[in-house]
Amino acid sequence: MTMLLAAHNDPHKGDEMHLNRRQFFKVASAGLTGSSLVAMGFSPTAALAETRQFKLARTTETRNTCPYCSVACGVILYSLGDNAKNAKSRIIHIEGDPDNPVNRGSLCPKGAGLLDMVYSPKRLKHPEVREPGSTEWKRISWDEAFTRIARHLKDDRDANFEATNANGEIVNRWLSTGLLASSATNNEGGYLTHKVFRNLGILNVDTQARI
Amino acid sequence: MALDIIRRSATTTPTPQARDSVELAKLIDTTRCIGCKACQVACMEWNDIRDDVGSVDGTYNNPTDLTSSSWTVMRFFEKEDPNDRFNFEWLIRKDGCMHCADPGCLKACPSPGAIVQYSNGIVDFNQENCIGCGYCVTGCPFNVPRISKSDSKAYKCTLCSDRVAVGLEPACVKTCPTGAIMFGTKEQMTAQAETRVTELQGRGHAQAGAYDPAGVGGTHVMYVLKDASQPQLMGLPDDPQISPTVSLWKGVAKPVAMAGMALAAIGGLFHYVMKGPNEVSKEVEAEVEKELEAEK
Repeated sequence: MTMLLAAHNDPHKGDEMHLNRRQFFKVASAGLTGSSLVAMGFSPTAALAETRQFKLARTTETRNTCPYCSVACGVILYSLGDNAKNAKSRIIHIEGDPDNPVNRGSLCPKGAGLLDMVYSPKRLKHPEVREPGSTEWKRISWDEAFTRIARHLKDDRDANFEATNANGEIVNRWLSTGLLASSATNNEGGYLTHKVFRNLGILNVDTQARI
Repeated sequence: MALDIIRRSATTTPTPQARDSVELAKLIDTTRCIGCKACQVACMEWNDIRDDVGSVDGTYNNPTDLTSSSWTVMRFFEKEDPNDRFNFEWLIRKDGCMHCADPGCLKACPSPGAIVQYSNGIVDFNQENCIGCGYCVTGCPFNVPRISKSDSKAYKCTLCSDRVAVGLEPACVKTCPTGAIMFGTKEQMTAQAETRVTELQGRGHAQAGAYDPAGVGGTHVMYVLKDASQPQLMGLPDDPQISPTVSLWKGVAKPVAMAGMALAAIGGLFHYVMKGPNEVSKEVEAEVEKELEAEK
């Protein structure tokens, strides 16, 4: 650049419209400076375009069942880490299980959004009780919840169990309590649900397996 | 990377062409779509985007338009017959990027490598290189790209390029409960569309047809329409073309302008070296100053 700025001191300048030796050197050195700047990185960087990294490459896959409706679609939970002792796992993605004969990988909008149910701030994560007359839900422990449910069942069954009907026929039924069973369960779970509650005499067994 | 980039925005160096790659396509059979929006949800889940909760505008359109966080939306159209109020049709189309073989967005983009086309046909935006100018929005014949309010970069459907690159189908395709969205090679999907169109025509929908517009070189997202003679009924352009302004500015005008600029720069350099700056000699300056004083 200094050479260029010194150009006006050149005694030969402007004499004729041809390049003399000195001018040729100036043009050449300016060109060299310019191309060196480009080579040194003062030029736009070459942008490399790649797809996003595949986010499930080494996640742990866990089979599960969609909890929403009775169709009970198979889902796969993808969680961070390989279950190593020191790594804390976290579900990062959920999608349909292509090997499940029910849905073969497809999911409805509710199932497709399961991840947001897992992390919903409104999700119920522990047992709660609303005491009679109260408007507040109170958190209780699982132990307390099971004990209370068992107590209520026992008291109600003791009070209302009917061994015989009005005609004296043996019925062994307990009509004052009902059970709403899960729809998102397998055959074995369904069998056990019936086995336990029919044995107690409960007849009012329903599931939300209807849409 | 398993895929070659066959087109790259604002780049003149040649792209790799030696390797063959299977051209892929998504087929959206609007006649099988029930408008459940599972595709919208699956898209957001896969791409880690969550749009704002909108408001209901009296239709099922929610969100009402594509946004930088909603890369696909179901669009609901009501076709009314003024003479027969029972002749009513509710048409549903999954809107999103068409992944044109000749992408207008890529042509219009001035930022090198911000928009690329892979050898499998996918047109992908690379936000790292995006300068947020919005030319892709005007360059798109289908009005698809959207500029994000949070980072001023353009976003649109990637056809799940990250899934497809490892051999998976796009998220919307996988989730679709009715099988209205299908994925495979362009050849398979074209054949699938033909089969379905024949089936629909056999059922009395004489106007049924596939939508794979030639004006943009064909697309890698195709539709089966019940009435292909009127794609505008579902908000699709009849004959989409890249805007002539884009073709002119990015086609003919660009090399001419570049040559003009280069000539001006080189000419300027030569002129400076050979003629130097325009100087006023001391004598002339003194003379002018005298004249000025005389005028006073």
